[in-house]
Amino acid sequence: MTRIGVFICHCGHNIASAIDIEKVVEYAKGLPGVAYAGHNLYSCSQEGLGSIKKSIEDNDLDRVVVAACTPRTHEPLFRRACEQAGINKYLFEFVNIREHCSWIHAKEPEAATEKAKKLVAMGVAKAALLEPQEEGESEVVPRTVVIGAGISGLAATASLLEQGIETHLVERGDRVGGLLKDISMVGPEGICSRDLIEALVDDIENSPKAHLHLNSRVKELKGFIGNFDVIITKGDEDLTVKAGAIIVATGAQELQPKGEYGFGEHPAVITQLELERRLGRSGLAAKKIVIVNCTGSRQPGREYCSRICCNASLKNAIRILEANPEAKITILHRDIMSCGTTAEALYREASEKGVRFVRYGLEQKPGISTHGKSIKLKVFDEALDESIDLDADLIVLATPLVSPDDSEETSKLLKVPRDKYGFFLEAHVKLRPVEFATDGVFVCGSARWPVSARESIWQGQAAAAKASIPISEGKVRIEAITAEVDSEKCAACGNCVLACPYEAIEIVDDEGRRAAKVSEAQCKGCGTCVAACHNDAIQQKGFSSRQLGAMIDALARASTEGTQ
Amino acid sequence: MNDFNPNILAFCCNWCSYAGADLAGVNRLQMPPNVNVVRVMCSASVKPEYVFKAISQGIDGVLVLGCHIGDCHYLTGNHRTAKRIPLAAKILDKVGIDSRRVRLDWVSAAEGEKFQKVVTEFVEEMRSLGPNPMKEVRF
Ligand SMILES: Cc1cc2nc3c(=O)[nH]c(=O)nc-3n(C[C@H](O)[C@H](O)[C@H](O)COP(=O)(O)OP(=O)(O)OC[C@H]3O[C@@H](n4cnc5c(N)ncnc54)[C@H](O)[C@@H]3O)c2cc1C
Ligand code: FES
Repeated sequence: MTRIGVFICHCGHNIASAIDIEKVVEYAKGLPGVAYAGHNLYSCSQEGLGSIKKSIEDNDLDRVVVAACTPRTHEPLFRRACEQAGINKYLFEFVNIREHCSWIHAKEPEAATEKAKKLVAMGVAKAALLEPQEEGESEVVPRTVVIGAGISGLAATASLLEQGIETHLVERGDRVGGLLKDISMVGPEGICSRDLIEALVDDIENSPKAHLHLNSRVKELKGFIGNFDVIITKGDEDLTVKAGAIIVATGAQELQPKGEYGFGEHPAVITQLELERRLGRSGLAAKKIVIVNCTGSRQPGREYCSRICCNASLKNAIRILEANPEAKITILHRDIMSCGTTAEALYREASEKGVRFVRYGLEQKPGISTHGKSIKLKVFDEALDESIDLDADLIVLATPLVSPDDSEETSKLLKVPRDKYGFFLEAHVKLRPVEFATDGVFVCGSARWPVSARESIWQGQAAAAKASIPISEGKVRIEAITAEVDSEKCAACGNCVLACPYEAIEIVDDEGRRAAKVSEAQCKGCGTCVAACHNDAIQQKGFSSRQLGAMIDALARASTEGTQ
Repeated sequence: MNDFNPNILAFCCNWCSYAGADLAGVNRLQMPPNVNVVRVMCSASVKPEYVFKAISQGIDGVLVLGCHIGDCHYLTGNHRTAKRIPLAAKILDKVGIDSRRVRLDWVSAAEGEKFQKVVTEFVEEMRSLGPNPMKEVRF
């Protein structure tokens, strides 16, 4: 008989608010093969992991089931804890009761609790049949591909090159720099963007290991961590690059607020990025300038704060006043988000220099009327509790960063998820902020979420550091989920040979008996061969037909016998 | 709407559909609590036998979800799924089980909303079909 330990996680309120943890623990105690069941407030915390390890020792457990979040992010953590407590990490089974239960049945606590019990019963049934496994290793191609040559992609590339790692930087445009190409001065510190870009480009151009591909795109991505095939296309030429890791730095674009405040109709209504371009070129002729913050953001459909716009408005207001102290600048805002010491100082400076701040609400958005060149705005000032009239000869709309038009395409190409606004989703907000759940693919900069240039550089460097781990190790472990053949059962029919997408199986003579044989280094662990076998002779480690069959049995049993 | 609560099994491939289900969770998309997910690496590892086993044991419906055709993490794995699962459904039909109890669909890692839709529709469909007749069979 096995001695399975079951640990149910509260995940703070994330799970416990919908699922009655005590009931699930009590239920788990009665499941076959379970020697211990308990719960943790946060199983993944040091304290939680420590208590799991202690329970393993105290209760002489030989298998572990954790019911918590998703194996796609947390499995390695718990597997490691098992290993540390002396249990082979393949004797661990993950049950997802957060993404697949408490979060999606938040308003049905009873049903969610019942479902959690079923899921735990299934996990325990599989765990009882798990077997210890050894992992193989495969070589890592010492090369990376970075997609997007904005400031984050440049920072990532420079940092990889600094570590001596050959890097291909793929940019769809004809120049590097991304959004910063149009932003001459980077706030809140007031740094020249050309200097920033050139410092990084210098590092890149001086390295023999750098390959810059302008006017290019990634057309196809195949393979796995350590061994990707990336097809880079330029015009009608394709180039296949083998790489060990990929960094996504595709950035964001400024929302074009069609129809808002006369944008697209009146030439004196422009976006902040256009203001940046004009300030960078020749300065401004306009004297009465109104900047409307939060245009198109923090409203139904696009609820988020784009984080960078308030600071950009403050920076630009001060720049205009420095060049022309007579200018009259009003910033219409809904809250000023100028976090941190430097940005807050910018806010104070803008106030001292005479920038007028007027707070408006979403219910009464400013109204605009135009007569020839002159523009009038009617704004309900929330502080005064009355409407005021403003004259303007330039209206600047501070709109949010949005995901690039083709981010859906990129997400399909790389098979990485996006959030509901189209920005890419990292593997874990806190623990794995620059990684995707797919091993070997990393993300940085505004591709993830609107961030400042400084944060883009941080993240680019962080992604580069993460990507360099498998490359400097030179090897990645092969998860022990490969297929293996029971030659006694094998009839050498060759179905699996045909089914395998990797040509990893062949029929060989095994001491006078013909049987299929899987090459472990070539097997990627998809299990396609398993379903092709009529004799149940080929099994995938960790997903055997007995293990999955036991889960089906457990689910059927839970519904006929109930989960009380 | 009747109050029959179907018990449903879903096989989700690790790379797309399981991730899509995770995304539905992250975005707090609400759906009926009748579907229990089993993670497999690829939809192509789902043996038709699993479907028969589930149905013969009284599970009311089986969903098999994988990456869209062309997007399978294992190149052409799901081309096999696309042949096998409809065949399994046909076989069920031959033995008198409504073939709608098995459904194959594609849900990408980015399609949390599609996961919600597939689950909601399938649960509704199973509800309208009523309990799996195999539940009454005791050997
Ligand atoms: C008006 C405005 C003012 C700003 N002011 C400031 C400021 O004062 N201070 C500050 O810190 N930040 C500021 N920012 C924010 C700053 O611009 C961003 O933080 C920064 O540009 C993000 O860099 P990135 O590399 O992540 O993305 P991006 O700059 O968007 O670069 C992404 C690059 O990837 C390329 N790309 C996209 N998709 C693909 C693909 N599929 N294949 C190949 N290449 C692709 C793009 O062409 C682009 O070159 C401002 C932003 C705006 C809009
Ligand atoms: S990995 Fe998703 S269907 Fe093959």
